[in-house]
Amino acid sequence: MDVFLKYLIVFAVGGILCAIAQIIIDKTKLSPARILVIYVCSGVVLSGLGIYSHIVSFANAGATVPLLGFGHLVAQGVKEAVDTTGLLGVLTGGLRATAGGISAALIFGFLASLVFSSKPKR
Amino acid sequence: MKKQEYIEYVESRAKKSPVLKNCCFAFLFGGSICILGQIFIDLYTMWGMEEKTAGTTASITLIFLASLLTGLGVFDNIAKIAGAGTLVPITGFSNAVTSQAIDAKSEGYVLGVGAKIFSIAGPVIVYAILSGTVYGVIYYAITAIWG
Repeated sequence: MDVFLKYLIVFAVGGILCAIAQIIIDKTKLSPARILVIYVCSGVVLSGLGIYSHIVSFANAGATVPLLGFGHLVAQGVKEAVDTTGLLGVLTGGLRATAGGISAALIFGFLASLVFSSKPKR
Repeated sequence: MKKQEYIEYVESRAKKSPVLKNCCFAFLFGGSICILGQIFIDLYTMWGMEEKTAGTTASITLIFLASLLTGLGVFDNIAKIAGAGTLVPITGFSNAVTSQAIDAKSEGYVLGVGAKIFSIAGPVIVYAILSGTVYGVIYYAITAIWG
């Protein structure tokens, strides 16, 4: 039961975060790239205000998988790096925390460009 | 035709996007992708990974799957229905990187793939780091004063 409830919360919170983006897209005609940028920056702000860690501990992957979680990761990384190395951490923490995801996306993207060709658009 | 008239003409011809329906699909697909992420996290934790490592590895798994489905041409078909449901999760970031890389193939590997791979990922990374830096400076100042 506990597991079911946990997964239900993951589903609901993740779904709501996506539905909000869909409303923004439909109402404002913002391009997907802008939505991604807005979500990442909102993640940093919400994390900086101390709100997002609560959402993460409540919703787990429902909060970390959407791009808001990427922003949260950046903010957490910066915070931890400032705690350990001081002012330099402002510059090193963000990329260090997100390095795995960014490198993975770039490498898989590059490999895909070696293997696949673009499909003709219908 | 004046510009205003043209815009009105286009909008009258454009298919009305049913906001509620789009929202439901975004909700269902987005929620499902998050569940998939949670399943990977729980699996990796069960296999003895630390919480943080499991989270990163689960993200990388989703990034890999999205990249593969993009290459196979499946992702775009799902995204047409799912809308923000596949865009907002980390899969959207991965899809943006991979689709740009594949499309730029004909322009060569340095200025084509190498440059265009960042055309959507770049802005995301730049503004993430920028806002992270602003936050870091504020956090540093606060801890320096009260810490």
